[in-house]
Amino acid sequence: MKNNFIKDFPILKRKINGHPLVYLDNASTSQKPLLVLQALQNFYLHSNANIHRGIHTLSQEATAQYENVRIKTADFIKAKPEEIIFTKNATEALNCVAVSWGRKNIKKGDEIIVSALEHHANLVPWQELAKEKGAALRIIPLTDDYLLDLKAYEKLLSSKTKLVCVTSESNVTGTIVPVGKIVSLAHKFGAKAVVDAAQTVGHNPVNVKKIDCDFLAFSAHKMLGPTGVGVLYIKQSLIDDMVPHLYGGDMVETVGQEEATYHRGYMKFEAGTPNIADVVAFGAALDYLQSVGMKNILAHDRKLLAYAKKCFSKYKSVRIFSPQKIENCGGVMSFFVDGVHPHDIATIFDQEGVAIRSGLHCAQPLVQRLGVTTTARISFYFYNTQQDIDRAEKALKKVFTIFKIKN
Amino acid sequence: MDLYSETILDHYQHPRHSGELSQRSARVVEYNPMCGDSLQLDIKVTKDKVDDVAFVGDGCAISQAAMSLLTEEIVGKKITSLKKMSPEEIYDLLHVPISPGRVKCALLGFSALQNALKSLKKK
Repeated sequence: MKNNFIKDFPILKRKINGHPLVYLDNASTSQKPLLVLQALQNFYLHSNANIHRGIHTLSQEATAQYENVRIKTADFIKAKPEEIIFTKNATEALNCVAVSWGRKNIKKGDEIIVSALEHHANLVPWQELAKEKGAALRIIPLTDDYLLDLKAYEKLLSSKTKLVCVTSESNVTGTIVPVGKIVSLAHKFGAKAVVDAAQTVGHNPVNVKKIDCDFLAFSAHKMLGPTGVGVLYIKQSLIDDMVPHLYGGDMVETVGQEEATYHRGYMKFEAGTPNIADVVAFGAALDYLQSVGMKNILAHDRKLLAYAKKCFSKYKSVRIFSPQKIENCGGVMSFFVDGVHPHDIATIFDQEGVAIRSGLHCAQPLVQRLGVTTTARISFYFYNTQQDIDRAEKALKKVFTIFKIKN
Repeated sequence: MDLYSETILDHYQHPRHSGELSQRSARVVEYNPMCGDSLQLDIKVTKDKVDDVAFVGDGCAISQAAMSLLTEEIVGKKITSLKKMSPEEIYDLLHVPISPGRVKCALLGFSALQNALKSLKKK
């Protein structure tokens, strides 16, 4: 893939500590192309009004723009618009499932299965739900190659299993999870399945009908959109079996002094004024991604990952936590340098203008399982280049020099 | 000025007062959940003065060097004067610029010491 995209991202021209920025923290959040920023500004300059209730022109325009992004979002993951709800992030989307579906459907003695790869967002809501209901949490373990142990998963499934919650790609190891297989096994036992697709939707085409999951959550900001917008896909047949997770304006049908009735369908999940402008700008992000070509992004990520692994694995002191086969990986690579804390690695990289993440990555049980206190992590997007990895390797060499590491 | 000065790296790679005290007046464990840094600090107090100190830690160069530098400062000092210590004194000991993102790292040992001193009072 030719890299003509950099020019669309003004921030990538910035200098950090005297060096041109190399941004390798895309698993945290992506950068935003100018088109998205312009869409945000255009909304406030020309169409700003509240939605769903105004008769005036601006309100109708704003409503049309907001609802148009629901259609685009649905198209993007092959869902129907009425199966899409907007939240503030993927975390809220997952919490919505725990509250709106979980509280009603999980009972004492039931079992919820999660995996050892989960981000806290797809772990803590289920821990709390299990605690509240007297249900048990079961964990799909990891293999030594950082993959989910599917044989162990099959053994965990039983008639007690009511819900299976898995990530589609780990934000620490980059492991791509065969969610379709996991979902179909869950369904065999009558359990519902939740997919945390925050690391996937902006990198690889997602088809919710093929995966056949019951819920799927992701965040706009990891796929060129603004912060403050999350998406929850809910399989249509389940919507009526769910209660709202927030109450207030816009989600109600009629309100009396003592009680109220709620909208049917997805509208019951969007109480209050939503993040209209950012949702509208997210629409521009989806258009941009379509123009990049979703089929190209994962291939580009993997090409960079293979190159980064080659560059970094030359050094004896470096440990890389990544599945061996490239087809099991997305564009995320965690690593550790023996004798150097990952925070110090990230600081030295920053001194060289290279932005990476260090720490627990909101996945403390997983990082503990890797046998280190924390990791350093580089993660790619389509605007990254091989030269970016060369710059990262140069920064790595500086880590060795400063900490007197022999390789 | 460089964050990774010779002093910082020396204290990180060769921490002073490393280990545990079998005879101690207080033990505290401090944890920085954002970074995953941890410290276990033992102090032994005789006649209102710090008689001995030891720590075991796992964390970044800044947090571990700050603790190590601090242990050198406190032996022989009065409890009352140590309680009056300020974060600025830690920055002075480190003698490198601490960015807002590294404040917690720099002050982890200071916080461990203050909590250890507080726990003495309860006894």
